[in-house]
Amino acid sequence: MVMKILGLVFILAFLGLMIFFTIKSRRQRVGSIREISAFNRLRRSIGLSVESGRRMHLSLGRGNLISTQSAVAFVGLSSLARIARVTSVSDRPPVSTSGDGSVTILMQDTLRTTARQYGGEYDPMSGQLSGLTPFSYAAGTLSIIHDEDISANLLLGSFGSEVALINEAGERSGSLTLAGTDNVAAQAVIYASAHEPLIGEETYASGAYLGVGRMHVASLQAQDILRWVLAGAIVIGSILKLVGVL
Amino acid sequence: MKLKFPISTAVAIAVGLIVLLGYFLSSDMLVGLRVAFLEWAVILAAFALMVGIVNLAYVHWRKTATAQTNSIYSFVLLVSLLLTILVVGWFGPSHEFSRWIFNYIQVPLETSLMALLAIILAYASFRLLGRRLNTVSIVFVITVLIVLIAATPVMGFDVPGLSEFRDWIVQVPSVAGTRGILLGVALGIIATGLRILLGSDRPYKG
Repeated sequence: MVMKILGLVFILAFLGLMIFFTIKSRRQRVGSIREISAFNRLRRSIGLSVESGRRMHLSLGRGNLISTQSAVAFVGLSSLARIARVTSVSDRPPVSTSGDGSVTILMQDTLRTTARQYGGEYDPMSGQLSGLTPFSYAAGTLSIIHDEDISANLLLGSFGSEVALINEAGERSGSLTLAGTDNVAAQAVIYASAHEPLIGEETYASGAYLGVGRMHVASLQAQDILRWVLAGAIVIGSILKLVGVL
Repeated sequence: MKLKFPISTAVAIAVGLIVLLGYFLSSDMLVGLRVAFLEWAVILAAFALMVGIVNLAYVHWRKTATAQTNSIYSFVLLVSLLLTILVVGWFGPSHEFSRWIFNYIQVPLETSLMALLAIILAYASFRLLGRRLNTVSIVFVITVLIVLIAATPVMGFDVPGLSEFRDWIVQVPSVAGTRGILLGVALGIIATGLRILLGSDRPYKG
């Protein structure tokens, strides 16, 4: 019971900090957030893809919406909405792929809504379910990278080691690959095979770096504070354990 | 039926809050509602899977019909999908024919991709030094080599102490790093969940 109350207090503290930083950002300008080279390259490649008439590809992984993998899929969806908005002036909208039915429906809904809001035409082929098993998903995504004249691939979702096949396709087609996932083993694979890997919480920070909204920056600031709180608790707990108090 | 933004947002926030509070507070009503909502979500996810398969078939049908690049593969996919649905639908998923499709087509294809993955990963690890030559990349490649050599000694030649060193790498720095990354991932998951609960992120725009 004590652990449950502690958990609830932690989440409420997180919520409080997010609201505090959001209100603060309305009153005064937010200080700059640390540079992540992957997002600098992503912003450049979004601009280049609009200018050159090539497509962006967003892969939202195989995570479903009824597990903890849903969080990274939602991050991918936020980024998809932002990129679809930015590239709405282009005649080639982004193409996105997923390995889960429910994420595919949300992905298509996001692309349809953005097209409607910005006067574009929705292409049902722009949101695709590329496969349902890890390797069929990778194989289905490879064909899109090779055939759709892709300028950059943003992989934000739940992936396994099959992500290396997708990154390799990006390498061979000469398109930039940025990748981030919630799976620790796949993060090692991504570190070795992607042009720009996103490690740990960097994946969840993509909304803040792509300018999705104030709340994304506020949640990043709240995360920074609570990370120090957790690190402090771990160190204090270790010391108390060492001296025999715990 | 299409819900307006405020209604769909209010419904999503209310359901999210009930599910979240059901984890922390031991109220029978909250727990009952949480379980019911999660069961509904599972049913909806199963239906979404069927919608996804229809989408997959539609995309490849259009590729085949408009003779796009490499449309022959789309045609093969459509034929395979149709045959699998007919066989599994007619004979049932546990029949010998259905299992034959799985054991002799699906498994070998995925296994061959996995074998390809091993080569790609080894190649990518060495290409990493050319792409991002920094301390972290060098440590990464050296660690990979040590763990691989210690796990599979070449021609039975075992370097003394290497196996113990490998165990130390796997049990101490690797676990410490993994926990650090998981901590960041957990914070990211909470932040994403709270943004959805606050209605800041709305992936259900309608």
